[in-house]
Amino acid sequence: MTTWRRAVTDDADALTTNRIFIARSLPRSPGSIGGREAPGANFRTMNVVVCVKQIPDPADPGALDPTTKTLKRDGKLILDESDAYGVEMALQLVDTAGGGEVTLVSMAPNSEVSGLRTALAMGAAKAILVSDDALKGSDALSTAKVLAAAVKRVEGADLILAATESSDGYTGTVPEQIAEVLGLPSVTFAKGITVEGSTVKIDRQTEAGYDEVIAPLPAVVSVTAGVVEPRYPSFKGIMAAKSKPVDEVKVADLGIDASSVGWAGARQEIIEVAQAEAREAGEIVEDDGEGFARIVSFLEELKVI
Amino acid sequence: MAVSKIWVFAEATDGKVATITLEMLAKARELAGTVEAVYGGVDAEAIAAELGAHGATTVHATGDLAGALAGVPVGAAIAAAVDAGNGPDALFLGTTYDGRDVAGRLSVRLDAPVITNVVDLAERDGALVGVEPIFGGTQNVITKFTSDKMPIFLIRPKSFAAEESGGAPAAVASLVVPDLGSTAGATIVTRHVEEKSGPSLDDASIVVAGGRGMGDSDKYQLVEDLAKLLGAAPGASRAIVDAGWVPYSYQVGQTGKVVKPTVYVAAGISGATQHLVGMKGSKNIIAINKDPEAPIFSVADLGIVGDVHKVLPKLIETLKSR
Repeated sequence: MTTWRRAVTDDADALTTNRIFIARSLPRSPGSIGGREAPGANFRTMNVVVCVKQIPDPADPGALDPTTKTLKRDGKLILDESDAYGVEMALQLVDTAGGGEVTLVSMAPNSEVSGLRTALAMGAAKAILVSDDALKGSDALSTAKVLAAAVKRVEGADLILAATESSDGYTGTVPEQIAEVLGLPSVTFAKGITVEGSTVKIDRQTEAGYDEVIAPLPAVVSVTAGVVEPRYPSFKGIMAAKSKPVDEVKVADLGIDASSVGWAGARQEIIEVAQAEAREAGEIVEDDGEGFARIVSFLEELKVI
Repeated sequence: MAVSKIWVFAEATDGKVATITLEMLAKARELAGTVEAVYGGVDAEAIAAELGAHGATTVHATGDLAGALAGVPVGAAIAAAVDAGNGPDALFLGTTYDGRDVAGRLSVRLDAPVITNVVDLAERDGALVGVEPIFGGTQNVITKFTSDKMPIFLIRPKSFAAEESGGAPAAVASLVVPDLGSTAGATIVTRHVEEKSGPSLDDASIVVAGGRGMGDSDKYQLVEDLAKLLGAAPGASRAIVDAGWVPYSYQVGQTGKVVKPTVYVAAGISGATQHLVGMKGSKNIIAINKDPEAPIFSVADLGIVGDVHKVLPKLIETLKSR
């Protein structure tokens, strides 16, 4: 995955500061997934939960643990770039609503918070981190159970966002699984989101183009990369993020049976790792101004021109 | 036979069965004595002949979903069939927009794990195992289920070749959607079909893709021009899709489309793992990149170390004058 720096804008800075201020001064939304009443048409705030993953830096070569045959995650972790889009979308929705806040939910080993700090620096107000040795080896379903339980701890969540898939595991099933665990409707592959009253309207990517989809709030929505342009955290945002609350919880705090997650809960096992067939080395030509001619002759050899 | 009955989640557009469905039917026939399709929608009769011709004896159809996204109703309907003892021994779904939704919903309802990103399936000790590529396809892991739940496999497109079996039209059976409670409500209001000229990434025998090395979004036009001259589909790396140069539907890679054309031209694409996964199965790969160390050259049959802004215009001129 290619990562490039985004422009630091004064705008992002102002948005970040305003949001923290607004979030503290306005009443909470009446909407909730925790059994309270659904939001009415005239609610004034928008509380968005964003599920984010902290992953090994994609710039570093990945490695498998020789014993467990799963991806090594014991080094430094960073915010999955796919999740920056959900965080940005959430910040913009809260801004449009005129109040509310963005809460992050994440599951990571070793109390890892560096990825969360990045999202907090963008403007999220707080985070819940589930970190527990019992979660080692968790598959997508266990992950969804844990994240759903963590989402339930957020009071008055109107909307739950996630990326369509992570950049390291890319199973792409977690958002839909979270929705089912929570008993909520969901829309995946959103490339545009607007909220009108108690309804969320989504442009959902399809094979042929896109569908306009509506769903009642609260709902779970997964966003594609490129749905919005994520802001680059400002210096002020980075400083503010250091003191924002991160609530670290254990599996037991979530009321989840430890034997239903982690290795025990995964119920699938990698039995073999094999080298894939490599392609034969090709012909490499330094372009001396005539490189195009070699392409033409190659296409002729293949009889496609 | 590893299992006696496999269900394949069928997808179709305007009465035409999706290629991924036909690919899965072909593989399922190798692995099970009975292969059946499961379909969410009202026009099962219209696709029964094509499903049958590819080996499905029955299509279990939900009937009208009234605009609902497939994930919730189809997931719940399959779960209900399995709970009632009428389910298959394994379920195959494509790694598609709806396939993933159905798999996710179903896995929670059955409390069953899913093996994802499958590119091959095999029988080991009487059970089905899935093969999944990792690290850009340089290695494969083979995964087995250790639970007694119905195995669910999410299968990547272009993993198998579709093949007709010459079977009779599939019998249409009714698959009942239970009460969906609070999970219901996501409804399609309007469908938008984006007009596209030329072949699609899925079917094109030539693909011309551009990446970050094209410099800026205006320069992507060179990729479009070359694609047009070759009768090829234009594609893109994730980097330039994220940057908003081209729509998501152009994306080739781990996220995005898997393509296996006769010729793949990678212009200004470095060859990140994310991208290689989606195109390294192409028959012939031509890469143009300034950086001789770019990983794309490790999979290229012909690699031109040079500036795309110099190579492409000359190539386009030459092809135009032919």
